[in-house]
Amino acid sequence: MRSTLLAAGAALILAAAPAAAQQKSVKIGFVSTFSGPVASIGNDMRNAFELALDHMGRKMGGLPVEVVYEDDTLKPEVGKQKSEKLVESDKVDFVAGFIWSNVVYASYKPIVDAKTFLIIANAGETRLAGENCSPFIFSTSWTNDQNPIAVADYMNAKGVKSVYLIGPNYAAGKENLGGFKSAYKGKVLGEDYTTWPSQLDFSAELAKAKAAKPDAVYMFYPGAAGVQFLNQYAQAGLKDAIPLYTTFSIDSLSLPRQKDAAVGVISALQWTADFPNDANKKFVADFKTKYKSEPSFYAAQSYDAAMLIGSAVNAVKGNLADKATVQKALEKADFKSVRGDFKFGPNHYPTQNFYMQHVVKEGDTYTQKTLATAEKNVPNPHAAQCHMK
Amino acid sequence: MRPSINLRSLVIAALVLGLTLLPVYVALSGDRFMLTLFTRIVIMAMAAVSLNLILGYAGMMSFGHAAYLGIGGYTTAILCFEGVTSGFVQWPAALATSALFALIVGALSLRTRGVYFIMITLAFAQMAYYMASGAARYGGDDGLSLDTRSQFAGLVKLNDKATFYYVCLILLFGSIALIWRLTNSRFGMVLQGVRSNEARMRAIGFPTFRYKLAAFVIAGTMCGLAGALIANHTDFVSPSMMFWTRSGDLIVMVVLGGMGTLFGPVFGALALLFLEQFLPAVISTAVRPFDAADAAKAGEYWQIVLGPLLLVIVLFARGGIDGLLSSLSNLVQRGKQGNG
Amino acid sequence: MTLFIEQCLNGLQFGLLLFLLAAGLTLVFGIMDLVNLAHGSLYMLGAYFAATFAAWTGSFVLGAVLAIAGTLVVGMVVEVIAMRRLYGRDHLDHVLGTFGLILFFDELVRLVWGPGGKSLAVPSWLAHSIQILPGIQYPAYRLAIIVVTLAVAAFLYVLVMRTRIGMLIRAGASNREMVGALGVNIKLLYTLIFGLGAALAGLAGLIQAPILTVQIGMGENILILAFVITVIGGIGSIRGAFVAALLVGFIDTLGRSFFPELLVNLLGRQAGATAAPALSSMLIYILMAAVLVVKPQGLFPAGSR
Repeated sequence: MRSTLLAAGAALILAAAPAAAQQKSVKIGFVSTFSGPVASIGNDMRNAFELALDHMGRKMGGLPVEVVYEDDTLKPEVGKQKSEKLVESDKVDFVAGFIWSNVVYASYKPIVDAKTFLIIANAGETRLAGENCSPFIFSTSWTNDQNPIAVADYMNAKGVKSVYLIGPNYAAGKENLGGFKSAYKGKVLGEDYTTWPSQLDFSAELAKAKAAKPDAVYMFYPGAAGVQFLNQYAQAGLKDAIPLYTTFSIDSLSLPRQKDAAVGVISALQWTADFPNDANKKFVADFKTKYKSEPSFYAAQSYDAAMLIGSAVNAVKGNLADKATVQKALEKADFKSVRGDFKFGPNHYPTQNFYMQHVVKEGDTYTQKTLATAEKNVPNPHAAQCHMK
Repeated sequence: MRPSINLRSLVIAALVLGLTLLPVYVALSGDRFMLTLFTRIVIMAMAAVSLNLILGYAGMMSFGHAAYLGIGGYTTAILCFEGVTSGFVQWPAALATSALFALIVGALSLRTRGVYFIMITLAFAQMAYYMASGAARYGGDDGLSLDTRSQFAGLVKLNDKATFYYVCLILLFGSIALIWRLTNSRFGMVLQGVRSNEARMRAIGFPTFRYKLAAFVIAGTMCGLAGALIANHTDFVSPSMMFWTRSGDLIVMVVLGGMGTLFGPVFGALALLFLEQFLPAVISTAVRPFDAADAAKAGEYWQIVLGPLLLVIVLFARGGIDGLLSSLSNLVQRGKQGNG
Repeated sequence: MTLFIEQCLNGLQFGLLLFLLAAGLTLVFGIMDLVNLAHGSLYMLGAYFAATFAAWTGSFVLGAVLAIAGTLVVGMVVEVIAMRRLYGRDHLDHVLGTFGLILFFDELVRLVWGPGGKSLAVPSWLAHSIQILPGIQYPAYRLAIIVVTLAVAAFLYVLVMRTRIGMLIRAGASNREMVGALGVNIKLLYTLIFGLGAALAGLAGLIQAPILTVQIGMGENILILAFVITVIGGIGSIRGAFVAALLVGFIDTLGRSFFPELLVNLLGRQAGATAAPALSSMLIYILMAAVLVVKPQGLFPAGSR
């Protein structure tokens, strides 16, 4: 806040400062959640971003890199305010981060209107890949429906005849469950949306699921809610009775608290920590050494976002004034992603592989391991609705 | 009330001048964020001015005032969402819905007193909050974005930040002028009489209920207009605008600035939002000599100072900032008289 | 049918939790005429203390006991330092002062425990289901909550109705000045009552921690419900708080489980799911408004014990 203190002081004295001319550093704004029960996700993303900067020698295109981290406190209007501050006051060259779909959907406009590039490192808001796409928006993650579609296809293949759906009632939850339904061929016996983020007691919904007697339950609850859901699922006696499928509810952050409740639960994702490519091995090993914990998929996507920005800045040799060339450099995605091969579709969302994963217990540790390859080279389904420029 | 030349008036004059000239400073320095910040302060000040009418002058402790920000804001946003982007329709609609809500809430609540009045106004505000939160079509808890700002047939372009700022500033000064007229009229006298002793006012023969209701509706309507402004400012509305802690913030602004004074709410809004920006830096500076490494982080915990500060103000400085200025002016005055 | 019974149990459990919180509030409100917005902060502290002490001692029960003790101490300290100066003042002063305390405690917790929140696991000896009726499995921990809160309610009943202190409490609720005039050490009585309220809030906080959350600002959401319950039940009446809390708990839980079905048929899946929790919350406020119209002093006003 020192810059604001100075500016406020200057309000009393009419100071005329010329606008900044030359690029002296690369400024990146990073919006995530650093408070509350999901702060662990924000911290993981920040750690991965910092690790990537370390790997790049803290320079991009020969210029030093400055990152301003802002906390959206899980609220769309706060994310929007912080984004405005980043582009108007800090005058950043890139904005990255965003865990939550509702936050990014409220925040993207000021960023894009200021002709600043937005690199989404997690939030999968489908409208930003479709009707609200923009040449300034890029994603290193996915849209909310892609991973659920992979799970639904897997369940179809396995012959799961009926399912009960439970998810949070906000943008991502609706798109997630909606995506599942679009691909699932069996019978949906029930669909419950819970108040997000305040509702952490799923007793009512679990009781209804139990009464419906489905072949499987599919749910989506990121962060701390995922911990509560799995634990309550086990406590309600459902764990051994009805198989559980999910997306994004189990990660390296929640797993230590979910423990046995997570064993055997199947999910789908584009990345797991055990991928054998070189970039990933270096990422996971250095992350474990520096931060003494295993990186989550949030971290992996955040790492990729930093590398993506770095590759673009390097390509234009630090000349960020010409937005069109920066955009082309970003579109090239000329970097080694930790998930393997990486390229963008026409809507700046990745065309990538999806894998099924499950949790195994090895001695005293619980890890997420790859179970099977679900689909390869899946393009983002919303490119058709995107009419860029 | 003839304004006299004293310290307090000078401060107020400086404030008015500063607010009016802000866009000039911004144009010269290029710091657009100041304009964004001060637009927000001006709109919040207007909301605080409206609350001051019923809280400061009439002593009605309404804990649901933030609801009107939401009602005015949502009316504007919903109309925009449904294709009605003309400000000539949106803003009167925002005023009408706020007035209607205030009329209903006032009619039901003003029969109660004390803590029951607080609870009932709070309950109605929470109901408004839940109505917005339960409306899936308008985003629910995710909120609703405004695709364009209110259009005024090309007469005023609200998209231009400086223009929008001046619109808000003019409306703020207009609100203060309105309050000045109201409180200096018979209406205002009755209200203040009700605040000190309602039974006596009724005994004299005033239909106090009607006066209170009128004040309540005026305050709600004015705040509804502030709501329409804030919807335009942030291009976004969400149910959290109406959560009870926001009503608490408004009350803090009114009390901090000085209840029952014309410019108190403006001081209050400035102080609270400025504290939000300043206090971290002040704390960091204070901590630095002791612990340089954590000084910046220490600033993040500014509310640890704000909290007890509020308590201290409640106990020792009930007149708020305006009261402090008045006391200072009196001191200076007496000093001058002593020497003259 | 089993679904309905389970939901009723859930409603009972939630209502009892709300009672713990509201009981302390109504006591302080009724006896000291103090509007204490910071009651939610004591609830938060109870949860944080329990998470920390349980981690230190390795035992949930020990952690809980220490947490209650801790909240009791904090409550009494706050009473002596801050609350004492607010007695007899305008309710507005109470609201502002205690609102300031909320800010202070939120930041204090952030300073001491960090912004990330904490977690407290259900004790392993309660982490399973019990078959309470043929075909109905209910989580053991939630049954424990019901048992413990009922025990506390019984304890409060005995305390208020059958002991000397209880007599002073009841007397103070109906006529404060008289009690003072009779030579009772009012200052000490007030400190103890405030401490009791704080301990109850802390207990509520630690009890919900394993199934809900331990995070900054957790008191703010539930505080309003506690106030509503206090008003519905009648300020100063523990019996009123009990009845009102159960009412609110049932309306909320049954609303959340059965409204979606009703509304989904009218509005569609997501619209119904969005509207349902809002509707059950609104019902609670409508209930309060209705009670105030019919019985302005609440269901069991303090005068009529």
